[in-house]
Amino acid sequence: MPQQPNSDNKKQNPLLMKIVNSVFRYVLMILFVLVLFGVILWISGTDPIQSYKDIFEATLGSSYGFSEVIVGMTPILFTALAVAFPSKIILINVGGEGQMYMGAMFATWGALTFDTWPIWALLPLMFFLSILGGSLWALIPGYLKSRGLVNETITTLLLNSIAPILVAYAVFGFWHSPMDTNKTANFVDAARLPTFYGTRVELSFIIALVLLVIFWLFIRYTKWGLEMRAIGANPQAAKRNGIPVAKYYIVVMCIGGAIAGMAGMSQVSGYYGVLLSGFSRGLGFMGFLISWLAGGDPIGIFITSFIVGIIFTGGNLLQITQGIPFAVIYILLAFTLFVVLARPTFLKGNE
Amino acid sequence: MTEFSQKNQDKLISMRGITKSFPGVLANDQIAFDVYKSEVHALLGENGAGKSTLMKILYGFYSSDDGEILIEGKPTSINSPQDARQYGIGMVFQDFTQIPAFSVLENIALFLPDLKSVYNKKEVEERISDVSNRYGLQVDPHALASQLSIGELQKVEIQKLLLSDSKILILDEPTRVLAPHEVDALFEILESLRKDGYAIILITHKLKEVLAFSDRITVLRGGKVAGSLLRSDANEEILVELMFSKSMSKLEGKKERRGEKSENPLLNLKGIETKGEGVEQSLQDIDLEIYSGEIVGVAGVSGNGQKELGDVILGMEKSLAGEKWLYGKNMTNRPIGEIRREGLGFIPENPLLMAAAPWLTVLENLALTNTWRYQLQGGLNMDWEAVRKDYQGTQEDLGFKFSFYTVPKALSGGNLQRMVIVREMTHDPQLLIASYLTRGLDVQSTHAAREALLKARDTGAGVLLISEDLEELFALSDRLVVLYDGKIVGDFDPSETTVYEVGHLMTQAEVNNAATA
Repeated sequence: MPQQPNSDNKKQNPLLMKIVNSVFRYVLMILFVLVLFGVILWISGTDPIQSYKDIFEATLGSSYGFSEVIVGMTPILFTALAVAFPSKIILINVGGEGQMYMGAMFATWGALTFDTWPIWALLPLMFFLSILGGSLWALIPGYLKSRGLVNETITTLLLNSIAPILVAYAVFGFWHSPMDTNKTANFVDAARLPTFYGTRVELSFIIALVLLVIFWLFIRYTKWGLEMRAIGANPQAAKRNGIPVAKYYIVVMCIGGAIAGMAGMSQVSGYYGVLLSGFSRGLGFMGFLISWLAGGDPIGIFITSFIVGIIFTGGNLLQITQGIPFAVIYILLAFTLFVVLARPTFLKGNE
Repeated sequence: MTEFSQKNQDKLISMRGITKSFPGVLANDQIAFDVYKSEVHALLGENGAGKSTLMKILYGFYSSDDGEILIEGKPTSINSPQDARQYGIGMVFQDFTQIPAFSVLENIALFLPDLKSVYNKKEVEERISDVSNRYGLQVDPHALASQLSIGELQKVEIQKLLLSDSKILILDEPTRVLAPHEVDALFEILESLRKDGYAIILITHKLKEVLAFSDRITVLRGGKVAGSLLRSDANEEILVELMFSKSMSKLEGKKERRGEKSENPLLNLKGIETKGEGVEQSLQDIDLEIYSGEIVGVAGVSGNGQKELGDVILGMEKSLAGEKWLYGKNMTNRPIGEIRREGLGFIPENPLLMAAAPWLTVLENLALTNTWRYQLQGGLNMDWEAVRKDYQGTQEDLGFKFSFYTVPKALSGGNLQRMVIVREMTHDPQLLIASYLTRGLDVQSTHAAREALLKARDTGAGVLLISEDLEELFALSDRLVVLYDGKIVGDFDPSETTVYEVGHLMTQAEVNNAATA
């Protein structure tokens, strides 16, 4: 193992303290949210206790429910990472949504065009295409930023509204199935990501976890991670020290886009098995929120995504069992995010 | 303009025995400074002589460690700029303080002490036009501050002070950013103000302006008053001597140059030009050669293109015309990484802003300029042990002591400078650009840093030493160039010139026997 410059024995204890501390705070925060949302449920004439029971059974209370939470959090892990990685060099990538759509579109083209290929060839091809789509979409803002022409926040945000329209154009114009106009034909089995143990959890979840770990190792141990942290800390000094800052802007932005593209792959090839026009309910934006709430920290991203996964999954169920509108779920989500936002600064301190 | 008198009842301000020290520097040492009614009082001195500190004490920004301020004969304590303004003291800073999105009128209204909660725009406008007509300060009060030229912004600043009843106006290098015709206009304004009884303190280091427009001159040097005299008693010769003549104690660094000029220069700038944006200086037609084994000193008042000269060599600044040859290769506008790899060391003027990543550890910072040297497995890992060894070696050679495991943000200014020096010296740079090498260092570290520079030269490196400390430049340089207004206006062998000659060129007083180049 490499010797980290600041690792010595004294660090162990504070680290443990930090973990205990974080767990304690997170539990407190969750309690706080539950009480607040309970009041809302109570006002709207629903039994809060029963609702929470339902949510619990539908999510953490059963192995199937648990698997559904994982299904819900999978794409968000990708889109959050797509924001977190560029954020290390202070690139604000608001474009996860658009990059995801482009990834989904490219992957779909592969699935529809090479539908006779065997699974071991088709899936890697689709992954490659989704990466290509997402990174090409991010290349535009990355290049403009590196030339000092346009701020990447603006360009990524604007490109978000174009990508879904391109997808809609492709779906309505060329790819729609004979039955529907707003979606393609179902993918062949060879174009579907394998699932585990009869649940809907699919391969891309594992890939997302691996990417999170690689992200952490990359930033911490590699030469490029060091240079990225230097750019993040002081771009001017980094440039004077000979680090090719402009190149980093382009490459890192493209990698962010590539990761968001994989979220698209996980949706069309894993979750839906078909490309729906307008398939995303703001997964890209959710990833943006999560990444910034977690301060770009991989563990924080995982935990926050997990919580959002619970809320989405539980919310879907509440809609059915308690007959409350889905909008109420957004209240719960908003409460949660607010409380996470108001978290003590200890998470920021470890940057 | 000598109708001005020194009667005691006209004395507005008298500063006595003002002393102020900052960690490591005695900025003001027992300074006495008087201001009379109806005078333009020039406060002259090199950068770092203590002019700004003294005026910031008068304006209530700093409180002095010792000494007293008398206003119209009464001892007074000024603890804040608000206090100062109550006593009628106003200051125009180098960077103006207007809000760009506000109109001139709104900007001025914000500053007025007697502004009503619901203010009458008409009334404010009338007050503005009164003052501006009287003193030639006309600026459209409805224009946005962001649309004004720098000269107009300055007028607005002066209007602000006049409308808030300031009697004593402190102007910090007012002509630094002005075009020549604007300078003339400014001094006409100041002249009319003086006639009406205002006192004006002019912080500057431009001799010509001082001699043309002031009534009295106080020269600071190294935190002390080097002399205070009436305009009628002053001339260029006297002022330059007061500003620059230090006890030219020889630095211990042995100075015999290694003589033989090698065939090819390490650095060869041919007609380099750059375009400065905002407050940056543009370089014009810079020709400069640096050979192996020589230290080339760059003298000049700060802001005359020193930073840009260093940056254009590093590659931070694009050159629009001309060629830059490094080590016999044309490297015009090549990326910084490439230029550094060829063996360029760069010690910038502001280490925290321009050299350090504040939240990375010192060890990581040390490795930043040479990441390629320490990468393992093609970059997947870094050889931190080797980094530590290499840089600790240099650190011990120089006798510096700072921890490698803290962050630069926690280092003192001196240690930060030491960190940068260690980093840039470690891999035996062929060419070293050092700006303000010894800024923030104590005597011992200053000595070590200069020794290191000489050692680098003696082992064949070329050094560009940018400094405002003429003593240092004369002691260390084998050749000395003077930068003024983005141009090289003098090129000397230090043993064949004098501080006065260089000082004249720096402040652009005309000297007949200049430019031996």
